[in-house]
Amino acid sequence: MTFEEIMSLSPYSLNKEEKGKLLTERLMELTRHHLENCPEYRRMSEAVGFDVEKAEDYRDIPFLPVRLFKEMDLKSVPGEEIVKTMTSSGTTGQAVSKIYLDRETSANQQKAMVKIVQDFTGSARMPMIIIDCPGVVKNRAMFSARGAGILGFSMFGAKKIYALDDDMRLDVEGLKEFLENNKGQRILLFGFTFMIWQHFYKELVRLKDEGISFDLSDGILIHGGGWKKLISEAVSHDEFHKRLEVVCGLRSIHDYYGMVEQTGCIYMECEHGHLHASNFSDVIIRRPIDFSEAEIGETGIIQVVSTIPESYPGHSLLTEDEGAVLGVDDCPCGRKGKYFKINGRLKSAEIRGCSDTYADKFK
Amino acid sequence: MQINLNKDLLNRVTFLTGSAELADNLSAVPPMIPFEEKIIDLLNAVSAEIIKDPRSRAYSDVITFGFWIRKGSVLKLKERFEINDNALHLGKGVVFHIAPSNVPVNFAYSLAAGLLNGNANVVRVPSKDFPQVGIITDAFNKVLAQREEMKPYVLCVRYDRDKEINDLFSSVADVRIVWGGDRTIEELRRSPLPPRSGEITFADRYSIAVIDSESYLAAEDKKRIAEDFYNDTFFSDQNACTSPRIVIWTGNRTAEAKEIFWEEEHLLAEKKYNFQPIQGVNKLTRSFLVSAAQPGVKVVEHRDNLIVRVTVPELTETLMDNRDNCGYFYEYDCKDINDIKPVCNDKRCQTIAYFGSRESITPLLMSGIKGVDRVVPLGRTMDFDLLWDGYNLTQHLTRSIVLE
Repeated sequence: MTFEEIMSLSPYSLNKEEKGKLLTERLMELTRHHLENCPEYRRMSEAVGFDVEKAEDYRDIPFLPVRLFKEMDLKSVPGEEIVKTMTSSGTTGQAVSKIYLDRETSANQQKAMVKIVQDFTGSARMPMIIIDCPGVVKNRAMFSARGAGILGFSMFGAKKIYALDDDMRLDVEGLKEFLENNKGQRILLFGFTFMIWQHFYKELVRLKDEGISFDLSDGILIHGGGWKKLISEAVSHDEFHKRLEVVCGLRSIHDYYGMVEQTGCIYMECEHGHLHASNFSDVIIRRPIDFSEAEIGETGIIQVVSTIPESYPGHSLLTEDEGAVLGVDDCPCGRKGKYFKINGRLKSAEIRGCSDTYADKFK
Repeated sequence: MQINLNKDLLNRVTFLTGSAELADNLSAVPPMIPFEEKIIDLLNAVSAEIIKDPRSRAYSDVITFGFWIRKGSVLKLKERFEINDNALHLGKGVVFHIAPSNVPVNFAYSLAAGLLNGNANVVRVPSKDFPQVGIITDAFNKVLAQREEMKPYVLCVRYDRDKEINDLFSSVADVRIVWGGDRTIEELRRSPLPPRSGEITFADRYSIAVIDSESYLAAEDKKRIAEDFYNDTFFSDQNACTSPRIVIWTGNRTAEAKEIFWEEEHLLAEKKYNFQPIQGVNKLTRSFLVSAAQPGVKVVEHRDNLIVRVTVPELTETLMDNRDNCGYFYEYDCKDINDIKPVCNDKRCQTIAYFGSRESITPLLMSGIKGVDRVVPLGRTMDFDLLWDGYNLTQHLTRSIVLE
């Protein structure tokens, strides 16, 4: 099974059996590739007694904790083939993940993403409003997750405008003009959940009070980056949807789940509020106590597998996120595959001991 | 001016025992004679309060401290630590203690050590609101209420990390005792001490266990051994400086012994340990990091993530850079005790907990190593003593007046 063959399929077309077969075939192939080409990966697999020849299912492939990519440089291609290094957007002082991409993996990330997103937006490119500041993509040498997300989604935009300036202020005039020029067309909006709330939604509310309002009822908003900050402001998923509709008529709103360690095969939220795994990837929920697979509906740690990573051994990863599979193949939206929800980050451990913890120090 | 400044600063300090007024007057408090009657009496009374407090029952660490400061126990310490050299001995004066923020009772031992050696103490207790801290400071308050003259010697304080307050207490300290590891030490070092003052620092350390397989298999009470090992490790999330991170097996029946030992330990951990999901991820991460770094590492197949064991083909100097906690153990089959030298010849190595013969470890110690301050039986790694972490606390907390 090559990546091209997976590409040729409609992204949510395979049922459980078909997808299981496809994933097992492709992921075993990737496992062999990484075993041969990444000495660290081989040693890790040997340490846990993994034998690729005896493995029968993609669920049996070892999963690497995402944090490993912060601690080690892991690649499965010679250094000169690396064309891009992606980094996670950690807060200052924290270690960041480093993901090494060659031409092939980088291209496949883009192709997979196009395929997935077009299932929601259609294949025509649309005028696009990026709800962020242009500064975030300026430094191309190091791609932060935020920058990478913006660049990734920019593929879907015909004409683009950044809605915020580098001081994170809404460009009211620019926005007015852009909407005027693209009247009657469907508009794509993209941004990070918290930025949208803080610098876009709140500003729209303020402007509305002053009598300035925008009509985005023909828009489709894709947003990602997690809910942590919004939860701390007590804004729920439903609230987010409702309030945006009230302020600017936006109804088509899709969250996505994704991570820099597996760029490309993002998990999009459907019209029924469910995150979906496409043919390119899957989620497996693991029980924290023994990493066995959880039942449908049971909360656990999210493992993600992806058919894309060739240049680095990131095809099977254990995240630090918690969630639950809601069902397989039977979402009312009609898309096949698993659909699931994310509950948020795992709580960091409260541990005893003589040596004060870092977190404690900076409390 | 100075006085007003102190008042403002002291407003940011909560006094669990003592008061801002007493703190402002610390440098005028006269040192006492180590182990003198009024000190022993004070601690014995506190001990009685602690032991009779019904709240203490839930906290074995509080009870253990209660017994440690009882008269009988203190008199034994007096016998061992009183210096008999014709000189006169007095406390150094003021001791400023920074207790670790995540061990509930450690502050109390530090305080007792300061008191027994004749000093006035200002102790920064953990920032976290452990019930144990309240039980112990309540007992002190009750006892001090009837002993006005002892009040200036016992100041238990709580404040957020605050350099200005550290500066203030450091400026009057004759000795500063810093628990909490490398980062805390680094932070406190930014606050200067007076020229003649000294410092005792408890840096980041690690410990190991050496178990003789044959002695273990011959032992009757394996449940008891499992409890002992639990207290050495899981009880403090295997994250105390005294917690063994490596289990070194000696003798000829290691495979057999390991199987029973870990089975017993697992039963206990299942019953008593509060497992947190992130711990499983942490242990997996650590075991992969070490496997990637060193060939020949094996993660022992495990039923669940309570106990993760990683077998290493040799003990290297860098292995302990990769330590983890909450039930994460390296294991090594040792043929010759000198094989473990790389982890012991390191200043960070603190305690060897042993089961079996202590004598078999002696050749290693005699070979000249930089680490290892204690060799104690399994189950006793946490037992506090005035000889701690390589320091004779009495010598550091007293001064001698030569009489000729």
